Amino acid sequence: MRSDPIILIIAFGYLALLFIIAAWGDRRAEKGRSVIGSSTVYALSIAVYCTAWTFYGSVGRAAEHGPSFLLIYFGPTLAMLLGWLLIRKMVRIARAQRITSIADFISARYGKSGRIGALVALIAVIGVIPYIALQLKAITISYGVLTSYPGSATDHTPDGLFLLDKSFWIAIVLAVFIILFGTRQLDASERHEGMVTAIAFESIIKLLAFLAVGIFVTFFLYSGPVDLFQRAAEHPELAQSLSLADVPGGSAGWVGLLVLSTLAFITLPRQFQVLVVENVDENHLRRASWMFPLYLFAINIFVIPVALAGLMLGSAAQSPDSFVLTLPLAAGKEVLSLFVFIGGLSAATGMMIVETIALSTMISNQLVMPMLLKMRSLNIEQQEDLSGLLLGIRRIAIILILFLGYLYHALIGDSYSLVTIGLVSFAAAAQFAPALLLGLFWRGATQAGAAAGLIGGFAVWCHTLLIPGFAQSGWIDVSLLNDGPWGIAWLRPYNLFGLEGYDIYTHALFWTMLVNVGLIVVVSLFTRQSNLEQTQAALFTEALRQDALQNTPLWRGQTSRGELRRLIHRYLGHRATQRLFTQYQPDTAARETKIDDDTLTASPGLIASAEKQLAGALGNSSARVLINSVVKGEALDLNAVLSILDTTSQTLEYNRQLEQKSKELARIGEELRSANDRLRELDRLKDEFVAMVSHELRTPLTSIRAFAEILRDTPNLNDEKKAHFLDVIVRESERLSRLIEEILDLARLESGRMTLKPERLDLVQALHQSIDAVARLYEERSIELKVSLARDCAEVVADPDRLQQVMINLLDNARKFASTQDGRVNVTLEVVGHCFRLSVEDNGEGIPENQRELVFEKFHQVEQGSITQPKGRPKGTGLGLPICRGILAHLGGRLWVEDPENLGGARLVMELPCAPDQRVITQE
Amino acid sequence: MTKVLVVDDEPNILLSLEFLMEQAGFDVFTADDGETALEVIDRERPDLVLLDISLPGISGFDVLEKIRSSDDFKKLQVIMLTAHGREVEREKGLALGADDYITKPFSTQALVNKVRNLLNEAG
Repeated sequence: MRSDPIILIIAFGYLALLFIIAAWGDRRAEKGRSVIGSSTVYALSIAVYCTAWTFYGSVGRAAEHGPSFLLIYFGPTLAMLLGWLLIRKMVRIARAQRITSIADFISARYGKSGRIGALVALIAVIGVIPYIALQLKAITISYGVLTSYPGSATDHTPDGLFLLDKSFWIAIVLAVFIILFGTRQLDASERHEGMVTAIAFESIIKLLAFLAVGIFVTFFLYSGPVDLFQRAAEHPELAQSLSLADVPGGSAGWVGLLVLSTLAFITLPRQFQVLVVENVDENHLRRASWMFPLYLFAINIFVIPVALAGLMLGSAAQSPDSFVLTLPLAAGKEVLSLFVFIGGLSAATGMMIVETIALSTMISNQLVMPMLLKMRSLNIEQQEDLSGLLLGIRRIAIILILFLGYLYHALIGDSYSLVTIGLVSFAAAAQFAPALLLGLFWRGATQAGAAAGLIGGFAVWCHTLLIPGFAQSGWIDVSLLNDGPWGIAWLRPYNLFGLEGYDIYTHALFWTMLVNVGLIVVVSLFTRQSNLEQTQAALFTEALRQDALQNTPLWRGQTSRGELRRLIHRYLGHRATQRLFTQYQPDTAARETKIDDDTLTASPGLIASAEKQLAGALGNSSARVLINSVVKGEALDLNAVLSILDTTSQTLEYNRQLEQKSKELARIGEELRSANDRLRELDRLKDEFVAMVSHELRTPLTSIRAFAEILRDTPNLNDEKKAHFLDVIVRESERLSRLIEEILDLARLESGRMTLKPERLDLVQALHQSIDAVARLYEERSIELKVSLARDCAEVVADPDRLQQVMINLLDNARKFASTQDGRVNVTLEVVGHCFRLSVEDNGEGIPENQRELVFEKFHQVEQGSITQPKGRPKGTGLGLPICRGILAHLGGRLWVEDPENLGGARLVMELPCAPDQRVITQE
Repeated sequence: MTKVLVVDDEPNILLSLEFLMEQAGFDVFTADDGETALEVIDRERPDLVLLDISLPGISGFDVLEKIRSSDDFKKLQVIMLTAHGREVEREKGLALGADDYITKPFSTQALVNKVRNLLNEAG
């Protein structure tokens, strides 16, 4: 079962499975059904944080130092909980600037500086190669334990002939895998979907494997955790392992480990890769911020039980780093031990895959490409298609990284425990944190400051961790550690400047951070930023403020589309170029006048977009250099960018306000239009009214003047005629006065200035008074007036004079329109509900149904002239009925025309409400 | 004797015009609406018509149009009388073939002179 071939078949079978899963992930992505579009997959891919170091080393550290191993997981938990603020900002910037790696990110922040990018890439390679070596070491050891147990694993370590070394072959297979799934697209900022899918899968495998061994130990070797801890308590030397005090460096060590792991979680190249570069949706951070800590909890829950069980097993358990394997093996559970081996393999390969991709991108984009671009002799800019070259560089880098990792492992890896190598790498990665974090939140951090900080921090790291490691491996004289370089005691790597009492990591963290942060801050304060630096600094620090920024063209320079096209084509190939240029078509007018691309100016948007495309493939600093080579002119300076930022946000606000305003304006415009229409109509009515009034006034005036002149010019007029003419003058004058009175009434009614003096009065009594007033006129024409009243007393609230005016008008109208022969008028009073109704009906020709509302219009009879009224008598003014209706409306009543009842002529009905609490009504 | 037809629906105005024309020595006919006016014109063949515009039934303009559309009354002089002081009315009347136009209220003397002049010119 544990023979070499079987284990090898299983191990390489597992790697083959990874190939299949990655290929499946890529195929799904091509079909547009991305696997990694899920926040769960994102959270699982972040778990690449848990490497072979976690898998084997946590138990080892717990066995030696108790629960302090947990600190390495508290840090990331903390970072994820803060992720919404910090990581989201990084994700957003990375998307906007097409960031390919942490080196690219930091370089972009400091003015797309090539120097900074190269520096970060270099530190990353030096710092992380041991970590890759650590994974190979873990695989080798676990393989050795598995095949040689119960013998010692060291018997099987490589004998110098690396062709026989399994870890070498593992490295080769991984190189193939990474080249296949990590360098499919040129654009490194495009996601490696297959790779991420495989990583998420590996995270599941390693978790399951660790849980399996944990459950086996706790519930099968022992009968539950209580039993296990009780048994452990019987060994006093074990109880100490569980004490929190047993941390190297004491409480400072706690803080040191926590800070170190928090920083490394963000700055390790592979963590940056999965957290930021491979993130497809910043909302995935929400789920990841609790799911990933949960994952860490799950994978750590059995660490202490396994450590205790291993310690209790004694010498059969061998080294604490391999307890997870030896415990099942000691119990004879070979299948479980194989599964654990696969779990460890998955933890190691996952880390190596992502780390190698991240590092190879950095090497090609930050180290090799800038160098090639500088070497004019290569004429690299003249070559037609460079995309193949880029991929080639990246592939060679992958092989190189894995080979270096293997070399490190083979040559010096043995002298360190797993945890030691891991923490050294952590400390190296942590050197990026000041430049990264200060750069994200402090706009004043300058390129020179960042460079100084990185160099200083890295130098101190070399002195306090890297070189002492060599010394411990025996490469350098150990006296360096004890006496300091050249015998200078205060330079002793583990006790720099005489600092005592800390563990080596806290000690190193303290000094590196002091130097790193100190240099960044101090140098930044004394150096100036270039325009581009200011721009980038603003874009980074304000990233959460402005989304629109990523689309803001930040170029002021000019170039032709043709030139830009050739550049992009050289580096990105035909398809990407086509895609970009179709997206940014010149406007139609320009296309018609100038067909040639070489004479067409590239729009700022196109230039900015081209730079981003290049940045996605080559990193920001190289993209910058290339764009600079074709574009004449500079990028915008800080003030311009800030003003764009401000204007963009202001514009958004203005737009919102404008939209509101224009809606409001449209509404007001509509109101104005209708008001204007109303006014126009009123104006027309007014003109008409004035014309009518003047017509009406002229008519009696004409008679008056004519007869007055006749009387004046005709001395021998007989007395009879004279009297008649004078009578006409008097009557027409009266008519004129009445007309003027009525016009004034109407004006008062319409303007609402008519003053009414309402009082309680008896409608019956008022009716009789009105009848008395017209009685003489009725007699003159011998018209019969019949009055029938439903009651003797009808109390209403009204202005007595106005009420009389209305009733007289109605009676007079009826008299005028009653039949010439046998004229009759009926007046009736009824009670309808809470109202009194007075109707006046004549036996004239009546009012046709379609005219019944028209009679209430001013001067109606004059304009229409259709109601044939008896000839030979002066007409009314045409204002009577409108005035009556107006007065009644003011008194709370109504006036309308009804079908005739008895006499067949016009029937006008007026209605007034009863006076309040009138006894007569309630009695009824 | 010269015949004059006076058309107005205001009885008092009609009365004054009738009196004025009689005083001036014409043979006067009256009508208080358009229909009657056309009847009288057809029957009596007056030399001149004093024609009010706003009349019940067919208006003064309608009457004028009828007169002018018939060859029989080519020599008939028409003076429009109106209480509408607006230019449009005046122009419309003249365009339809009125010989003169008088706005109410009018000077009796001016009216009589205008009638006499028109009849003299024609005569």
